[in-house]
Amino acid sequence: MKILVPVKRVIDYNVKVRVKPDQSGVELANVKMAMNPFDEIAVEQALRIKEAGGAEEIVLVSIGPAQSQETIRTGLAMGADRGIYIEAGQDVEPLAVAKLLKAVVDKEAPGLVLCGKQAIDGDCNQTGQMLSALLGWSQGTFASGIEIAGDTAKIIREVDGGLEHISISMPCVVTVDLRLNEPRYASLPNIMKAKKKPIDALDAADLGVDTAPRLTLVKVEEPEARQAGIKVASVTELVDKLKNEAKVI
Amino acid sequence: MDFSLSEEQQAILDMAVDFGAEAIAPHALKWDEEEQMPREMLQAAAELGLAAIYVPEEDGGSGLTRLDATLVFEGLAMACPTISSFLSIHNMVAWMVSSFGSETLKDRHLAQLCSMQKIASYCLTEPGSGSDAAALQTKANRTNEGYNLNGTKSFISGAGFSDLYVVMARTGDESPGGISALMVENGIDGLSFGAQEKKMGWRAQPTAQVILDNCAIDADSLMGAEGEGFRYAMMGLDGGRLNIAAAALGGAQFAYEKALAYAKDRQAFGRSIDRFQSLQFKLADMHTSLDVARSYLRQAAWKLDNQTPDATRACAMAKRYVTDSCFQVANEALQIHGGYGYLTDYGIEKIVRDLRVHQILEGTNEIMRVIISRSILAERDQ
Ligand SMILES: Cc1cc2nc3c(=O)[nH]c(=O)nc-3n(C[C@H](O)[C@H](O)[C@H](O)COP(=O)(O)OP(=O)(O)OC[C@H]3O[C@@H](n4cnc5c(N)ncnc54)[C@H](O)[C@@H]3O)c2cc1C
Ligand SMILES: Cc1cc2nc3c(=O)[nH]c(=O)nc-3n(C[C@H](O)[C@H](O)[C@H](O)COP(=O)(O)OP(=O)(O)OC[C@H]3O[C@@H](n4cnc5c(N)ncnc54)[C@H](O)[C@@H]3O)c2cc1C
Repeated sequence: MKILVPVKRVIDYNVKVRVKPDQSGVELANVKMAMNPFDEIAVEQALRIKEAGGAEEIVLVSIGPAQSQETIRTGLAMGADRGIYIEAGQDVEPLAVAKLLKAVVDKEAPGLVLCGKQAIDGDCNQTGQMLSALLGWSQGTFASGIEIAGDTAKIIREVDGGLEHISISMPCVVTVDLRLNEPRYASLPNIMKAKKKPIDALDAADLGVDTAPRLTLVKVEEPEARQAGIKVASVTELVDKLKNEAKVI
Repeated sequence: MDFSLSEEQQAILDMAVDFGAEAIAPHALKWDEEEQMPREMLQAAAELGLAAIYVPEEDGGSGLTRLDATLVFEGLAMACPTISSFLSIHNMVAWMVSSFGSETLKDRHLAQLCSMQKIASYCLTEPGSGSDAAALQTKANRTNEGYNLNGTKSFISGAGFSDLYVVMARTGDESPGGISALMVENGIDGLSFGAQEKKMGWRAQPTAQVILDNCAIDADSLMGAEGEGFRYAMMGLDGGRLNIAAAALGGAQFAYEKALAYAKDRQAFGRSIDRFQSLQFKLADMHTSLDVARSYLRQAAWKLDNQTPDATRACAMAKRYVTDSCFQVANEALQIHGGYGYLTDYGIEKIVRDLRVHQILEGTNEIMRVIISRSILAERDQ
């Protein structure tokens, strides 16, 4: 089986995000970028499946500006086999990404697509689901456990009420959650090997996908600054405030 | 001339920083206080290729350059200079075995050195000879089976903890050419260790005497050729000095970053202390020192990688300059923290204690000046 793992280049999770003065987006100039942490978890899971004999090849695909190839390189250094890079701007919308990924799936015919549940920049949480719809494949989202046996995948899903166990048919799209695994560090020899692994470039237009935005971004704003806290005198007052002011109970 | 790191070098540095931040930094103060470090952490580092960084790939190492290695030690030292330096010494020995060891010696130890199933120490210094290392008195007398070792090595990093000891001992006359390098395995008869030294810094790693009392080893324990030991030991030190400098750099970088953040938060005289020009200038000087140290260190490493004629001198210059200026930076970072810098919990006084020894070992900074001046005078008089 071949596993396809889409990886996105996003602002590093340690960076304090700043909104651009003209409110057109967030500041990306001179900001540290890294692989989307959920995608790292997806790469790790793919590696574990391969190491356990459940897959032969792991292909990474990244859609974005030229530096997205560095993100592919990061995943190759973790141990993935090769990469596919599709040039696009930073803000390709989830539907366009899903269409591009579908085109890649049609070409590569993987048995499993492992995505992060969301990218930490846009927090859209849509791409995996859209891809599964476009492919007509089953989906398992927010996975904290994946077990593949023959034609079915047993997925443990993190849902609000707890854990949901589902069985879905292969091939499928699985989006991974935070607690699925802890991604490995790239070892020194693997960092050097990554240099020699191939990254093929594909063109969005050649794939027949229109990546023009369908949404209009009105503006991006900083969240409201946190208000100073207050001290309550009694439990009664606390309960009253939670009920009537915060309206959370 | 391109001064930027390559994509791979950036990945190497990032990995070392991230591994250090996760596996070392949260425990660094505790290990310092308890005067111990866990083997598992070292072996986890080895799994990432950090135990044999410049051992060639065909020998099971990572096959990287000295410059790449400085990135690793700088990155790890941002979490703890003591641990970073300990790994440096192990790397130096792994490299010596791979470069000079016979096939038998390599078969015996190299794979386990790369995985840190065997941890190695480097034994040159003796109670009566430190700077003047070639005056060492430990004897290795030829026997039918191999060698019989007698003598005492002092200040040995990892003594008692390590599995393998590369011992520089005299197999011949009193000249440097009478010295050989021999591999001694922990547990053999006649090998014992002195009491753990109580010391200012580098507390997480043990330091003690290695005592050889009629210690019998076989002929295959000889590294390379007889009489070449001092040369091997000195070649090991060229790279070792870069690493020790890199570890000082990482420690100082950490202290500087802490001070930079502290200066924003700390209020005195009605404003944050970073509003005082005296502090701003201090920060400016610290940043300058770190950048200059880093640039020169990488240049010296590049020279060693390219075997330029002045590589040994460049390594000495880097070691001298980087360790002196980084100690200064760490000390200034402590000063910026005021009284809090003196308290253990802030993590700054540990860095000052740790970095002090970087000016002393792998050749004191005076000995670095001996090497540098000898080289420039010889060049003049050629
Ligand atoms: C924590 C720690 C760990 C160590 N780990 C190891 C190890 O793993 N393996 C190992 O072999 N050694 C190790 N050492 C030993 C270290 O390398 C020596 O301490 C160092 O080389 C200095 O030797 P010395 O202490 O005998 O000082 P000395 O040589 O006695 O020097 C005393 C002073 O005289 C100065 N001096 C000496 N000769 C000259 C000269 N010609 N010109 C000008 N000044 C001079 C020195 O610079 C110094 O200031 C370690 C030391 C320490 C403190
Ligand atoms: C071991 C120990 C024992 C002590 N014992 C006592 C004791 O018995 N009694 C007691 O009262 N105190 C004691 N102290 C406290 C000590 O006097 C203070 O730590 C010291 O006065 C510095 O104050 P601070 O730590 O708040 O640093 P801060 O005042 O916060 O200073 C932080 C940094 O900012 C610099 N700075 C501050 N203001 C300026 C300025 N205007 N211009 C330029 N630079 C500035 C400082 O020089 C310093 O580098 C002790 C401290 C220690 C560490």
